[in-house]
Amino acid sequence: MSIGHTFLGLLESGPRHGYDLKRTFDERFGHDRPLAYGQVYSTLARLLKNGLVEVDGIEPGGGPERKRYAITDAGITDVERWLSQPEKPEPYLQSTLYTKVVLALLTNRGAAELLDTQRSEHLRLMRELTRRKTGGDLADQLVCDHALFHLEADLRWLELTAARLDQLAKEVRK
Amino acid sequence: MTELLLVATGLRKSYGQTAALDNADFSIRPGEVVAVMGPSGSGKSTLLHCLAGIVRPDGGQVRYRHRELSEMSDAERSALRRDEFGFVFQFGQLVPELTCVENVALPLRLNGVKRKEAERRATEWLDRLEVTEVSAKRPGEVSGGQGQRVAVARALVTGPRVVFADEPTGALDSLNGERVMELLTAAARDTRAAVVLVTHEARVAAYSDREVVVRDGRARDLEHAA
Repeated sequence: MSIGHTFLGLLESGPRHGYDLKRTFDERFGHDRPLAYGQVYSTLARLLKNGLVEVDGIEPGGGPERKRYAITDAGITDVERWLSQPEKPEPYLQSTLYTKVVLALLTNRGAAELLDTQRSEHLRLMRELTRRKTGGDLADQLVCDHALFHLEADLRWLELTAARLDQLAKEVRK
Repeated sequence: MTELLLVATGLRKSYGQTAALDNADFSIRPGEVVAVMGPSGSGKSTLLHCLAGIVRPDGGQVRYRHRELSEMSDAERSALRRDEFGFVFQFGQLVPELTCVENVALPLRLNGVKRKEAERRATEWLDRLEVTEVSAKRPGEVSGGQGQRVAVARALVTGPRVVFADEPTGALDSLNGERVMELLTAAARDTRAAVVLVTHEARVAAYSDREVVVRDGRARDLEHAA
């Protein structure tokens, strides 16, 4: 999952300190794997260097965690692009897709459209595999079936999430 | 690009207070297989029924080869369904009293084709669908997978321009379901029939050329919009 893009998405609703970003990230997306502080500040340094965030203010008391970061216009464009591009279909995508859906809801972008785009991308690959399977020998069929079952599992998750978007929107906007 | 065969625009249909379709668009070209996807109760089957002229929409248009379905008489719509459309449903579509070959020959017989010729053509389709052996059996004596292949043969025997398939593999295990899809789509491609395939299963939809997603009665047809 792209921590940088997730930070940008979280910063879109307003400037935050590094510590605050880490806490929100861990609560929403970290599950049992919280971010290390080193990761937080190296990510912010990279975003700063690339002009995607800027320092909005420094509170007295010093220390890197006292800097408050704000997203730039280039940062908004970058997160927009990330959210609108489907992920390459592969197993265990859920955490990235979940993050994208939550960020789309938080930033009032089309979460349903994001899921539609992803469904199309998954089906595109499933069609390719189905064609390969239809013209292939038994080995091809079994290999393709394995991939198809995994992609199907992703799609079931997509459908379930699409059906629960209103509920999820209420939760994340609390 | 090939001309559109069947086009629906802004379809609306309600059952009592419930809106089954709310501004649905759809289009299909000759020889194209389009999957209609969406959760249960999203309006997929209602869309299929409106496209096939089985259900009259409350609003919007369905045009088949430049003719508006709502402007046709009931008799004209029935003739259209008999001559130009084929149907495959989830189950319960074969006449239990007739043998499988008689079931497949039935649409031809209704069109006035002589028995011998109708059964010859029906047998060809049973061969093609790999169920020659069930020809003389009644639907109650064959397996679900065989029965569904017979139903596909019956849908295709008249050489329809559009096949409407509503969850055609819904009652089958995955191996049988996939074989039915392979045979259905291969036969449709050979005869340049378009297939409107309603399914909630991604593995079935993967046999299509593209998908149209129905959600809360709204169908987003990206091809149509383009």
